[in-house]
Amino acid sequence: MTQLALVIDLNVCVGCHACVTSCKQWNTSGQAGPMFDDRPYGENPTGTFFNRVQTYEVGEFPCTETVHFPKSCLHCEDAPCVPVCPTGASYKRKEDGIVLVDYDKCIGCKYCSWACPYGAREFDENQKVMKKCTLCVDRIYDESIPEDRRKPACVISCPTSARLFGDVHDPDSEVSIAIRENGGYQLMPEWGTKPANHYLPRRKTKMHIHEDELTRADNPLKKEDIRHETSKDTTLDDWLM
Amino acid sequence: MHPAFSVIFLTTLIGVGQGLFLALFSAQAYGMAKILPVQSNEFFATGGLIALLFLLGGLFAAVFHLGKPSYFITRAWRGMTQWRTSWLSRELIAMPIMIGLTFIYMVVYHFGLDADLYGWGVPGQLPLTVGIATTVAAIALFICTGMIYAAVKFLQEWACALTPVNYFLLGTASGFTLATAYAAAYGDGLVQFFGNWAIVLTLAGLITRAASLFRNSRIKRKSSVQTAIGVRHTKVQQKSMGMMGGSYNTREYFHGKTAAFLKSVKWIFLALTFALPLFLLWVGLVMGDNGLFLLAFIFQYVGLLFERWFFFAQANHPQNLYYQVVG
Amino acid sequence: MEPPVHEEVRTTTCYMCACRCGIKVHLKNGEVRFIEGNPDHPLNQGVLCAKGSSGIMKQYSPARLTKPLRRKAGAERGRGEFEEISWDEAFAIMEERLAKIRATDPKRFAIFTGRDQMQALTGLFAKNYGTPNYAAHGGFCSVNMAAGLIYTIGGSFWEFGGPDLDRAKLFVMIGTAEDHHSNPLKIALSKFKRNGGRFISINPVRTGYSAIADEWIPIKPGTDGALLLALIHEIIKQGLYDRDFLAKYSNAAELVNLDPNSPEYGMFVRFEVPPEEGCFDAQNKLWWDRELNRPVSTHTLGVDPRLLGEFKLSDGTPVKPAFQLLAERVEQYTPEWAADITGIPAETIRRLAHEMGITARDEKIELPISWTDSWDVEHKTITGNPVAFHAMRGLAAHSNGFQTIRALGILMSILGTIDRPGGFRHKAPFPRPIPPCPKTPKGPEDVQPNTPLNGMPLGWPADPDDLFVDEQGNPVRIDKGFSWEYPLSVHGLMHNVITNAWRGDPYSIDTLMIFMANMSWNSTMNAEQVRKMLNDKDENGEYKIPFLIVADAFQSEMTAFADLVLPDTTYLERHDVMSMLDRPISEFDGPVDSVRIPVLPPTGQCKPFQEVLIELGSRLKLPVFVKEDGTRKYRDYPDFITNFETAPGSGIGFLAGWRGKGGEKSMRGEPNPNQWQMYEKNNCVYHHHLPKSYQYMRNWNQGYLQWAQAHGLTRYAEPINIHIYSEVLQKFRLAAQGKTDGRQPPQHLRKRIETYFDPLPFFYEPIESQLSDKHKYPLNAVTQRPMAMYHSWDSQNAWLRQIHTYNYLYVNPKTAAAQGIADGDWIWVESMHGKVRCMARFSEAVEPGTVWTWNAIGKAAGAWNLEANANECKQGFLLNHVISEELPAHEAGAHVSNSDPVTGQAAWYDVRVRIYKAGDDEEKATWPQFDPVPPAPGTPARRGWQSYFAGKFTNKD
Ligand SMILES: Nc1nc2c(c(=O)[nH]1)N[C@H]1C(S)=C(S)[C@@H](COP(=O)(O)OP(=O)(O)OC[C@H]3O[C@@H](n4cnc5c(=O)[nH]c(N)nc54)[C@H](O)[C@@H]3O)O[C@H]1N2
Ligand SMILES: Nc1nc2c(c(=O)[nH]1)N[C@H]1C(S)=C(S)[C@@H](COP(=O)(O)OP(=O)(O)OC[C@H]3O[C@@H](n4cnc5c(=O)[nH]c(N)nc54)[C@H](O)[C@@H]3O)O[C@H]1N2
Ligand code: SF4
Ligand code: SF4
Ligand code: SF4
Ligand code: SF4
Ligand code: SF4
Ligand SMILES: [Mo]
Repeated sequence: MTQLALVIDLNVCVGCHACVTSCKQWNTSGQAGPMFDDRPYGENPTGTFFNRVQTYEVGEFPCTETVHFPKSCLHCEDAPCVPVCPTGASYKRKEDGIVLVDYDKCIGCKYCSWACPYGAREFDENQKVMKKCTLCVDRIYDESIPEDRRKPACVISCPTSARLFGDVHDPDSEVSIAIRENGGYQLMPEWGTKPANHYLPRRKTKMHIHEDELTRADNPLKKEDIRHETSKDTTLDDWLM
Repeated sequence: MHPAFSVIFLTTLIGVGQGLFLALFSAQAYGMAKILPVQSNEFFATGGLIALLFLLGGLFAAVFHLGKPSYFITRAWRGMTQWRTSWLSRELIAMPIMIGLTFIYMVVYHFGLDADLYGWGVPGQLPLTVGIATTVAAIALFICTGMIYAAVKFLQEWACALTPVNYFLLGTASGFTLATAYAAAYGDGLVQFFGNWAIVLTLAGLITRAASLFRNSRIKRKSSVQTAIGVRHTKVQQKSMGMMGGSYNTREYFHGKTAAFLKSVKWIFLALTFALPLFLLWVGLVMGDNGLFLLAFIFQYVGLLFERWFFFAQANHPQNLYYQVVG
Repeated sequence: MEPPVHEEVRTTTCYMCACRCGIKVHLKNGEVRFIEGNPDHPLNQGVLCAKGSSGIMKQYSPARLTKPLRRKAGAERGRGEFEEISWDEAFAIMEERLAKIRATDPKRFAIFTGRDQMQALTGLFAKNYGTPNYAAHGGFCSVNMAAGLIYTIGGSFWEFGGPDLDRAKLFVMIGTAEDHHSNPLKIALSKFKRNGGRFISINPVRTGYSAIADEWIPIKPGTDGALLLALIHEIIKQGLYDRDFLAKYSNAAELVNLDPNSPEYGMFVRFEVPPEEGCFDAQNKLWWDRELNRPVSTHTLGVDPRLLGEFKLSDGTPVKPAFQLLAERVEQYTPEWAADITGIPAETIRRLAHEMGITARDEKIELPISWTDSWDVEHKTITGNPVAFHAMRGLAAHSNGFQTIRALGILMSILGTIDRPGGFRHKAPFPRPIPPCPKTPKGPEDVQPNTPLNGMPLGWPADPDDLFVDEQGNPVRIDKGFSWEYPLSVHGLMHNVITNAWRGDPYSIDTLMIFMANMSWNSTMNAEQVRKMLNDKDENGEYKIPFLIVADAFQSEMTAFADLVLPDTTYLERHDVMSMLDRPISEFDGPVDSVRIPVLPPTGQCKPFQEVLIELGSRLKLPVFVKEDGTRKYRDYPDFITNFETAPGSGIGFLAGWRGKGGEKSMRGEPNPNQWQMYEKNNCVYHHHLPKSYQYMRNWNQGYLQWAQAHGLTRYAEPINIHIYSEVLQKFRLAAQGKTDGRQPPQHLRKRIETYFDPLPFFYEPIESQLSDKHKYPLNAVTQRPMAMYHSWDSQNAWLRQIHTYNYLYVNPKTAAAQGIADGDWIWVESMHGKVRCMARFSEAVEPGTVWTWNAIGKAAGAWNLEANANECKQGFLLNHVISEELPAHEAGAHVSNSDPVTGQAAWYDVRVRIYKAGDDEEKATWPQFDPVPPAPGTPARRGWQSYFAGKFTNKD
């Protein structure tokens, strides 16, 4: 059984928000659109976005880490948002595990969003239906798109390729390997929702210097063997026969 | 959570309706069992009508909880399709049933309909049957309503057996208080009966609601900002939530009021829902001052609005861990 | 029925920022449906940043100007009261005015441009018009970076070179937040990290790129010079420098005359003095031969020169190799010394030096690529020392930036990392001679009525005689560029133009034309006063700057002050070139240029500014734009690009690709009538791949240099040796010391020139700090670019402005606590120049002596067609209000620019501030506030809400 998902590599994410706006532009004119913006040029502009990038600080100065943290629907394997939906508008696709909302069925009761611990659903205040990341279903199977671009909009745009896309149930997929080899983890595992999306943690490269490396035979200073003037003081040489 | 007025009115109004019906039915059952004097048909018909009006009021409020009121006509029926998994779906089934049965109940009494359904040869078999069915519907509706909240495990304040119990007790308490006032207005002899029950139920509601307040003040959060983003460090602070002008996530899940405000709401609802009505009921019963019962009901209902507001506001959704700071 | 959907994909080049990524624009029924990165584009390889992905909202922004506008008669400037006029009227107004100025005193017309990419054309226009008063954004941007490195290694970060992260093992990024190389740098950074490279970031703040660094080294602003010098100190002390590289490829081993009585004091000794033809380093200097213990001509085959020591020539002249002087210079700069200044522990500095030195030495790369150096020596391999650096405005935007960047160039050089794999790599047209050849005119006589300027409007002075000053040494340019105040101001000083013109110092002008710069707001210092200057009148009731033309695509803060507004097209609506004559988008492996081709028709009356210049140039009969008989030469801009040649028959034009009649030639060749189409077919980009043997060591790569010369990238094929020791600076110093025969600085500037024109890098406190009361103003305040916003452009963008709707001042909690400030409080930020009210946000990711905010988020009310209560003008604030364009009066003068004394680089990040809580009774809004301007005529309606769906901009549900 296939479970498509995103794997987000916090080790390289620079928090650029490319995934945020490319998601918006793809989806607003796509099957999930349009995506409402309220007061776009006024006070407290707000709108429907499927993906947000947040920032956290870890530790205290100077031992501070700044973590940029993108988040969209995690396409939970045990998606709590689905069974609570009274209309069946929220559903999880059998064939690929994508969790979707059928806007034509949704009555906008918002109950599904209450049942998502991740705050991943957004209500479209204009269409009055619940929306969320579609994993770009209208891209990833579209054969008119070249195969290597048949990925979610946020994935193709991400400048650091911090967003990997694939089948987390296929142990040989890029995403499964990344999860396995780089300590991939899930958000809020305590709820048993089994998010399909995973995150890869920060990984540090350190350098270890051995003392010997500072005192080497090929030290160029040895070539600048400045001959000091010979000492005028008497030495043993003057005495020993 | 951000308390939505549609839901506050919905749950409190149908609670009254269901409670009032249960009061009527208990009077009917006691009457049939000859424990209490049998009431006139009109007493039940008018009582049923009042219950029905409350239920319809709740339904009206519910319409505003839909994305668009028009969905009520075009799509709401779909809400009944997922009864296997969704408590909301179950409520959407239970509610029209409850309303329908209450209506039938009223009609049966109004036209004095009856039939020897079971061959017992005694009158009242049809009203009894309709009454029992409606009672089952009322209880089912209480459970559904309560479970809508209790079943969201992420909302730890709600995810508890006390939630449906409270819905049941607070609904019936308000219903019985109203029944007391109704009986008093009708000049009926059931004032003591309803009044005593109203006191008992209000006291029981006080105990269970206090228990849930007590429990909620001690909740150990399952999620933390650490589990939310998966970084193990004692000091993790959000600096930006990715947008600044607010979003659905900041509007739906935050009440936007201060802790002090919340606290005063709590005391107001405790006073209005429990203390004042108990006092008024007691005084009313002791002094035989029928006028106080309506006052008790009004206080209690308003108290319930505060109670429900508080119920939502107090619930802290784990998604809020992701929406702490604008930057 | 929905109309049938017509989908179409077109390629062009993004211009949501100066990075210039390739894009594919998907159109649906003529509206933009999706913009994606072009996977076949060398720069962005298919990715697209947050800005690029929001192009749709720029295209359909309500801030768009769509009609030429004239300030209403009687309306005050700055009020934004306009009437629509036709282009014919607009051209007639400009033609009349500009022709008159040109016929009398062409310098009374000034044209300054902002973050544009067409300086080759605007510069050409200015030159042909005959005004010296032209510059682009470089002076207020990062000219220190350009000048500091170009005067040292012949190339620079910025658009001209960068770190080779494909091969580097250690990467040190200094003072960079987002940069011009936005997407490519992000692509490279993540690859680098995934390949196990070690990434160190030196920055007072940890955000963005720094966030993913393996190590963050917080530093106090303005002190990097100290750090870099201490690193050089430690590397030399430990012998971790690349001796071989220095000896062969820099002037480290060249002997400097140290005879204090000689007029040549501090200059390299030359064994013969032939007239130095052209602007290159003549190979006539001396080394000290280690074996024979005597001077020899540099690069004598088989000679190993001394880098250290002190010697006497046969005539008794005391000499030292330049490297000895460097070693002596850095003697004092110990890690302990630097620790106090920078706030970085001495141990960390030492370890950093060791990491750099050891990685460079022990992780050497040998590529099996043979090449021949300028001295005819053949090499079988290319060596790389895989330590790469990148630095930007964190170094540049300080008044000690030039010398700091010199120090960085020298650090990179002693590690042996210049144009080598894993180190710094050049991008065409660099490397260029040190300094590059173009020069400005030299005096007022070079500015004549109805005559093109005798020289380039911007150039690269090599000595005091190259300055652009009059007999008394006073500036000829309105911005005082190339004068004794800022001799190497190679990009001009746009940030002083308005103040100078307003004060009439050095003179008054008539018409100021501003293109693509928001000079009344975020790109000006002292914004509040500058806005008053723009509006100020003389005794006769005439504006002090009589006529202001602003060419912009949007209703910015600046357009409100214009007398004439010229509505430009957006990047999706016009032809553009990213030209080799300007700032192309070259890659390490060869020259790359690119174009924009319109994917949408112009909106309303919008006209590309290029077309405006060509039209104006033709009307004014400027030589390049007209034929001999005075008739118009170019139909339009595309025609101009196709047919223009730098000189008749030179074969060099704006575009390097598909030249020659049939497009068979590259770099050089006759104009090709189908050039545009050929670019269009090729993703709008031309990428010339150099052979591998030409891709490295280009300063000294004979093959490359000859190729570059043959193809017009450089005038000479002489080697470009690294200037560890800068004779150029020494020449200015000698002049200041009165030791030269040529031009000498006016008295009050002698000390300044002598101090700052040190041929060796040194550390000094930023000038504003020197002149500040540091007890009163204990903090440094800096800004950073947010990745999702481009300067002030994007507040009109419905999607981007949801990400940054306003800004906070980020403060370390300890710093805040000292002032009793709580997270989120309203506070005052006050410098000696002014103050601004804003909100504080705590952050552990900032050095406690620094406060910072995102740049250019705050807006003036009504600008950008935002509603008057938009957060940008209520909670958003502009730090520019506390930064001054001029220093307090001091010995160098009363109105000296707040800039680097060498280059005139705006010292944005020198400002010192204090912060304190705003009173509880104060308004919870930023201060200063400005009266809202109304929407300009012709701007589209502002939607109260929107649901964008391509093909039907809609309010559909
Ligand atoms: N405090 C502080 N101030 C700074 C800086 C800082 O770091 N801190 N950075 C400085 C630096 S490095 C720079 S480069 C400057 C940048 O400053 P500016 O060059 O002034 O940049 P912007 O304000 O973004 O844009 C200038 C104008 O270009 C217009 N524009 C956008 N697209 C087009 C177009 O296609 N055609 C035309 N004609 N106009 C267009 C915009 O509407 C805007 O009015 O700011 C400087 N100011
Ligand atoms: N998204 C986006 N990209 C842009 C732009 C934009 O507006 N938005 N603008 C473009 C332009 S015009 C330019 S010039 C470039 C500029 O690109 P950058 O040079 O990256 O510009 P800044 O954002 O000014 O970043 C300066 C950095 O230096 C740090 N800093 C300040 N003072 C010091 C110091 O003394 N020492 C050290 N080590 N660090 C210091 C600051 O904390 C900040 O991180 O970006 C370009 N790219
Ligand atoms: S992240 Fe939320 S919306 Fe997405 S599947 Fe999981 S529970 Fe449902
Ligand atoms: S809002 Fe829509 S999708 Fe969500 S639970 Fe209600 S009907 Fe289902
Ligand atoms: S997968 Fe598609 S819908 Fe989901 S966040 Fe990415 S771009 Fe948006
Ligand atoms: S586009 Fe990539 S790097 Fe940028 S915020 Fe999203 S995940 Fe991070
Ligand atoms: S970095 Fe972004 S805004 Fe700049 S050119 Fe590239 S895609 Fe466009
Ligand atoms: Mo810049």
